[in-house]
Amino acid sequence: MTYLAKPRLHHPELPKNNVGYTRRDYEGAVSTLCAGCGHDSISAAIVQACWELDIEPHRVAKLSGIGCSSKTPTYFLGNSHGFNSVHGRMPSVLTGANLANRDLLYMGVSGDGDSASIGLGQFAHCMRRGVNMVYLVENNGVYGLTKGQFSATADKGSKSKRGVINNDEPVDMIGLALQLGATFVARSFSGDKQQLVPLIKAAIEHQGAAFIDVVSPCVAFNNHAGSTKSYDYVREHNEAVNRLDFITGREEITTDYAPGESVEVTQHDGSVLRLRKLAPDYDPTDRIKAMNYLQERAAAGEVVTGLLYVKPDPSDLHTYLNTLEKPLNRLGERELCPGAVALEKLNAALR
Amino acid sequence: MKRIEAINNFVVKFANVNGSGSASANELFARSILRMGVPISPRNIFPSNIQGLPTWYEVRVNETGYRGRRGGVDLMVAMNPQTWDADLKEIEAGGYVFYDNTKPLPKSKFRDDVNVIGMPLTGICNATYSDPRQRQLFKNIIYVGALSTLLDIDPNEIERLFSEQYKGKETLLQSNVKALRLGRDYAREHLGGPIGLRVKRSNGVGHKIFIDGNSAAALGAVYGGATVCAWYPITPSSSLAEAFIKHCQKYRIDPATGKHKFAIVQAEDELASIGIAIGAGWNGARAFTCTSGPGISLMTEFIGLAYFAEIPVVIIDVQRGGPSTGMPTRTQQSDLLSCAYASHGDTKHVLLLPEDPRECFEFSAQAFDLADRLQTPVFVMTDLDIGMNSRLCEPLKWDDARVYDRGKVMTYEELEAGKDFGRYLDIDGDGIPYRTYPGTHPTRGAYFTRGTTKDRYARYSEAGPDYVDNMQRLLRKFETAKTLVPKPLLYPADKPARFGAIFYGSTSPAMQEALDVLAERGIHINALRVRGFPFQEEIADFVAAHPWVFVVEQNRDAQLKTLLVNEAKVNPTRLLSVLHYDGTPITARFIVDQVSQHAAARTVVPLKKVVS
Repeated sequence: MTYLAKPRLHHPELPKNNVGYTRRDYEGAVSTLCAGCGHDSISAAIVQACWELDIEPHRVAKLSGIGCSSKTPTYFLGNSHGFNSVHGRMPSVLTGANLANRDLLYMGVSGDGDSASIGLGQFAHCMRRGVNMVYLVENNGVYGLTKGQFSATADKGSKSKRGVINNDEPVDMIGLALQLGATFVARSFSGDKQQLVPLIKAAIEHQGAAFIDVVSPCVAFNNHAGSTKSYDYVREHNEAVNRLDFITGREEITTDYAPGESVEVTQHDGSVLRLRKLAPDYDPTDRIKAMNYLQERAAAGEVVTGLLYVKPDPSDLHTYLNTLEKPLNRLGERELCPGAVALEKLNAALR
Repeated sequence: MKRIEAINNFVVKFANVNGSGSASANELFARSILRMGVPISPRNIFPSNIQGLPTWYEVRVNETGYRGRRGGVDLMVAMNPQTWDADLKEIEAGGYVFYDNTKPLPKSKFRDDVNVIGMPLTGICNATYSDPRQRQLFKNIIYVGALSTLLDIDPNEIERLFSEQYKGKETLLQSNVKALRLGRDYAREHLGGPIGLRVKRSNGVGHKIFIDGNSAAALGAVYGGATVCAWYPITPSSSLAEAFIKHCQKYRIDPATGKHKFAIVQAEDELASIGIAIGAGWNGARAFTCTSGPGISLMTEFIGLAYFAEIPVVIIDVQRGGPSTGMPTRTQQSDLLSCAYASHGDTKHVLLLPEDPRECFEFSAQAFDLADRLQTPVFVMTDLDIGMNSRLCEPLKWDDARVYDRGKVMTYEELEAGKDFGRYLDIDGDGIPYRTYPGTHPTRGAYFTRGTTKDRYARYSEAGPDYVDNMQRLLRKFETAKTLVPKPLLYPADKPARFGAIFYGSTSPAMQEALDVLAERGIHINALRVRGFPFQEEIADFVAAHPWVFVVEQNRDAQLKTLLVNEAKVNPTRLLSVLHYDGTPITARFIVDQVSQHAAARTVVPLKKVVS
């Protein structure tokens, strides 16, 4: 179907959000990925999240590396600037872009090959620095675009489509993100839009390094028996610790919870994340406990999903660097150049 | 025995042990001469080491103002027994060796034609100080004191330097002055006072300033409007990033809020450094990275992206000896080709070739205008010799009327007015398209940046004609670059010249001196200093105008020559390479020697004429 142009005509009664855009205004070009690809569901979830949050599309910058996942920014937010950079190097490009203009919203889209193999270093350091961004990994455990080689997140013992068993330990991106200082860490499944959309919204709202690992099955190369990243496997082993139902300040709370059924996280800006508890003792603000819990459940073969960790009062790279509120890319010679008199003074001091 | 007699024209070399605190004492020595108005050019020759290995500091004192290395040493301050033999060999006949004679050396360790000045530095220190650290540090100041007597340097200048350095630290000031006087008194009483080498007050320095290239380049980045800098520590470029930090702290803090008008990231590697700079450049900030050869190698994939996706970024390459780790603390001009053609596929990049700290300042400021105007990576090719040594040069200048050239950026108003925007559309015929900054307009001007082939409207395309169209436009853009990069400078000979010489960068001071020496010997040469790439027509014309042209470079493979033949289409048979690449800065003596040999071979009267 990809050879067909997307119809530009909208239904006249499509609902508009508070900034006057319909959901269709957040779409991009027609996807060229395989029919049924988990990545397309994620693109749809991003569209939904941005529309619901009343974000003006052109105020988003979407950046990616190389691979199937990195192609997806073409397929959402067509009125945003996009940058399909170098394999594994999206984090540095995003960091630089963010430094240049702190007023935009930065969405980094990457894959498991892009972020866990060639780009593991940049992934790690970008988290360490606390770049204010949404970093989304579309994790399918294989290299799709080069036809089915294992990636570094493939589980040990899982089987490739050609029948090869993976002997290498997987890179645990969630574990790394927690360890390296990401202030918002979540895992979801491309097949569970109900869970994914609120997580993306919360990540966008979060004023720090937000990481979402989305298990996103590759229908062409990793959706068979023996794979641990297939639709069937993930559905069977998915253990959500919570459901993010509301982000106050944005939406009205309409559901009542019985005591002990929900947990609330009040963020620095006063907004509240209300999570429905699915695992009774899970506290998403306790990083150390979260790390332990995740290790335990992973050993038991579960794919734990939900909002795994959030730091209610995050800081970001701009805070550390103490940069001006006005974006650096809007400063001109008047603000930046010390001028001839200062140079004369300096000359005098160099004699 | 012969004794070299010279006023304001000699070379002093200090042989020290790294980490012994000698660097600041040696610089004090050099600055005191400068304060007497006498031009100097000091150079650090240092190991890749923090403590224990040999290090040298060479100060050329030269009234005429020649700033290149001369070659040879008149006074060796031999403080390192490890290198004694080699150091002694370097001294000119009739020269001097100053050494610590606390423990006597056998006669066989000396040369008959070198004047020996022994001073029991360790003995004096041990008798004066009890703290071992003080013994070491003040030993250096004591020899500076002795040297000031031997060379007739005004001690008041040294004491003034002390008082500037130790402002408000009275104890330190007093103890340094005491050590200095200790050395002076000893030299006067026991060493027979001044030797044949003398410093005489002069006005040779004039209004010139004394600054290192890295500091000047960093200042150029501040003046040029750089706001984002990402870097990874590597000798010899680290001090450039550190100087940028220092200058920004001084000039770029908003007085009202205390907030920073800059963002500097020490990245995890060079891959990230260039990535951050490219991301910032894409988003409309002026951004740069500074590195050296190994860093360039790592950055090449990204440089190709920036070339093909047309993103402004400035890369300052402080060159050192390669390949591989090579000679990390020695100088070379050996990254020319790797920068000119950095990355896979067909790529060509703009290079700027500064000769000294002043041009480091100018070119690095200009590089940001060029990068924005041309929407491409721009390289400032400096080297360790310029970057890490303080050099006497013309004062830095800035015109307050100067406005940053942000290049072709389509604004909200233009987009709103319906101006046709194609990211890779050549409207003006100069090969340079318009770009938009992210977030400019709600519905117009957004585009997708990619390293993959695209059409004029930035739409993904794998069509051959789209690819060729784009690659041809990039060539047109490179033609435009010729009109913008600094033009070569011609230094015509006083008399009609059969020979031409092309040189660039840090070779400049040695070359200027060599040209004078050669002219005195009757070899007249028109010289051309290349200051940028792509090459202008003047360069090819210059080569065509001379039967033979020397190309003087500091690398093994004659990289500029290769580039000239490739890109300026000059006749390679006219080009004679003069190549210096042992890691030390090229000297006038070396150039004179090589050029004289070439010239002699080419002035032989043809056999036909001899027999007829």
